[in-house]
Amino acid sequence: MSLAQVLFLIVAAVGLLSGLMVVTVRNLLHAALWLIVALFSVAVLFAMLNAGFLAVVQVVVYIGAIAILIIFAIMLTRREALRAGAQENRLWPVAGVLCALVFLGLAWSASRLPGAQSGPAQLPGSDALVALGTALVSPDQYVVPFEVASVLLLAALIGSVVIAGDRLRSR
Amino acid sequence: MNPWIFVGVFLLVASAVPGFALLFAKYLGPRKPTPIKSETYECGVETHGPTWVQFKAQYYVYALVFVVFDVELVFLFPWAIVYRRLPFFVALEGALFLLILAGGLAYVWSKGALEWA
Amino acid sequence: MIQPGDLIASLGSWLRGFLLSLGLAPGLVSVGLGLLPAILLPLIGLMMAIPLIWLERKWVARLQDRIGPNRVGPFGIFQVFADMVKIFTKEDLIPQGADKIIFSLAPVLAIAGVVGIWAVLPFAADVYGVNLDVGVLYVIAVGTFGTLAILLAGWSSNNKYALLGAYRAVAQLITYEVPMVLTLLVPVLLAGSMGLNDIVRAQDSGWFVLLAPLAAIIFMIAAQAEVGRAPFDLLEAESELVAGFNIEYSGMKFGFFYVAEFLHSFTFGALGAAFFLGGWLGPGSERFPILGVLYFLIKSLAVYFVFVWTRGTFPRVRIDQMINLSWKLLTPTALGLVALMAVAERATQGTPPLVHALVLLAANLFVLFFALLVMRSMSRAARERLASRQAGSGSGMVAVGGSRAPAGAASALRD
Repeated sequence: MSLAQVLFLIVAAVGLLSGLMVVTVRNLLHAALWLIVALFSVAVLFAMLNAGFLAVVQVVVYIGAIAILIIFAIMLTRREALRAGAQENRLWPVAGVLCALVFLGLAWSASRLPGAQSGPAQLPGSDALVALGTALVSPDQYVVPFEVASVLLLAALIGSVVIAGDRLRSR
Repeated sequence: MNPWIFVGVFLLVASAVPGFALLFAKYLGPRKPTPIKSETYECGVETHGPTWVQFKAQYYVYALVFVVFDVELVFLFPWAIVYRRLPFFVALEGALFLLILAGGLAYVWSKGALEWA
Repeated sequence: MIQPGDLIASLGSWLRGFLLSLGLAPGLVSVGLGLLPAILLPLIGLMMAIPLIWLERKWVARLQDRIGPNRVGPFGIFQVFADMVKIFTKEDLIPQGADKIIFSLAPVLAIAGVVGIWAVLPFAADVYGVNLDVGVLYVIAVGTFGTLAILLAGWSSNNKYALLGAYRAVAQLITYEVPMVLTLLVPVLLAGSMGLNDIVRAQDSGWFVLLAPLAAIIFMIAAQAEVGRAPFDLLEAESELVAGFNIEYSGMKFGFFYVAEFLHSFTFGALGAAFFLGGWLGPGSERFPILGVLYFLIKSLAVYFVFVWTRGTFPRVRIDQMINLSWKLLTPTALGLVALMAVAERATQGTPPLVHALVLLAANLFVLFFALLVMRSMSRAARERLASRQAGSGSGMVAVGGSRAPAGAASALRD
């Protein structure tokens, strides 16, 4: 096995393990921290696939903004809810079997995709970035989704004000 | 060689050196724990109640607005790289993107969601 | 381009020859030599903190009309070593009820979040860790680990004041990250690339501070707030929250937060030099990389000196004033600036350099003028509102400037 494969296995194992810990650990804040580990391992996978832009975007947006948002949301909850008791999900063996079946199905269909056996695409870095940028703003490519994305973000801003508005106004 | 390997090794070293220094300092210093020493610090007074402060909802609003602007910036960086070699209206597209979000900021501001207290 | 007589290049080739003569395979030698900077550079970065702390203490002391450390060694240059010895030998206290692993992890994350930036700093024409094509975003990504470290530190300390300090600190950091990243878009716009080395090279027809002074100013302000330096040092205000998220930290862990803060300032000074002051550019820096490193160091120290200068000059800013400054002044100004700069830059692309520079400068001044105009009219309106409220209620409170002083003071006490 080449070094790249060993590294991939390690990072993937860390990602899976942290994902498991997110849903099983009892302290809610620890769950958030395991989530950060999982997100970081995804970023490392992106970097290993030569997708540098996606790796840094993953860290900047997911870990830098969304994980902090989640931690703030956890801290907004009442203190009693932080120290959760044991997991109360009795059907977890069934869920486990279903997950395993879904995973096997996905793995089988993914292995039949063209190029599934090859290594990461050797994209020269800056060319890929230029291509991405051009694709985002060219009128015959993705400029409309680009502008619509800004409208979507505007909607998110307005939504956040509306949601927080009640709490703020009741002060 | 993938440049990210360098980054990986770099970050590993940057975390390992402080880690080892911490371990080193832990065994270098005296270890005499007394109950008073490990008490929580509250300017000499004893603490009342559990360690928890009411989390102001305002912090959450700041985090929300920050998430929106963070995602916006992520869209803007590829645009910033290529707009010079593309026709002029591409610059205007980016400016439009920015202005839509500036309008969003103005809305949030006018609704008083950015006030501290 | 690089003469063999240059110091750094000759060192590199000597090392390669030495390792090859030991009988190692050439491929291994290449990989090893490529990764050697990855091991040395963090150490160099951490070692830089030592003269830096001494320098800062001396500078701040002079600004405050005193001498600074002068007992330990001539001019006190061994003061930092004495402090290091003290910190190393202190007892490692963990407050009861604290989350041990996270408590110890936070300082390590803080340091990693600062030293990681050194991987992409362009020290000279070919002297850098790695020229990532997404260098600017990488710098921001690594910075978020610093923010996370503060949150973890405050939460894991099991201390009300640490938690309070950590919330405020993170609110300040995320608030100022928006204008900082927005103004970082301006050098990317002007250079057409996110790689730091490319940005430095693009400045050989004019430093970006001359083309976009407003962006440089906003970046400096936001950078100081990101690092947590005065006048934005509410994060560890000794007279307010007793050191904020740092309260329960002592010994080596505190030492790391301390080092991380100084190094963070210097690193942002270096980034400011790279983005706006032309990095390693200067006479002779292409031929002799060692000159490039020297120019870079001098420019970083110059920006760092401006940081220390503002630290010694301004009083601390109140938290609500600080947050308002970012959301209500810096962010809209930066948004308008980026939009206008993009249009101006694209419109003047074929024109001679002087016209290009003047148009960009005019765009900057226009945005600045407009922003100040809007701010003046808003503060005037707020003042009138305050005056009418007081005239109506008949209270005897003194109006302070344009901020809502009574409400602000009460809120600062409330939280």
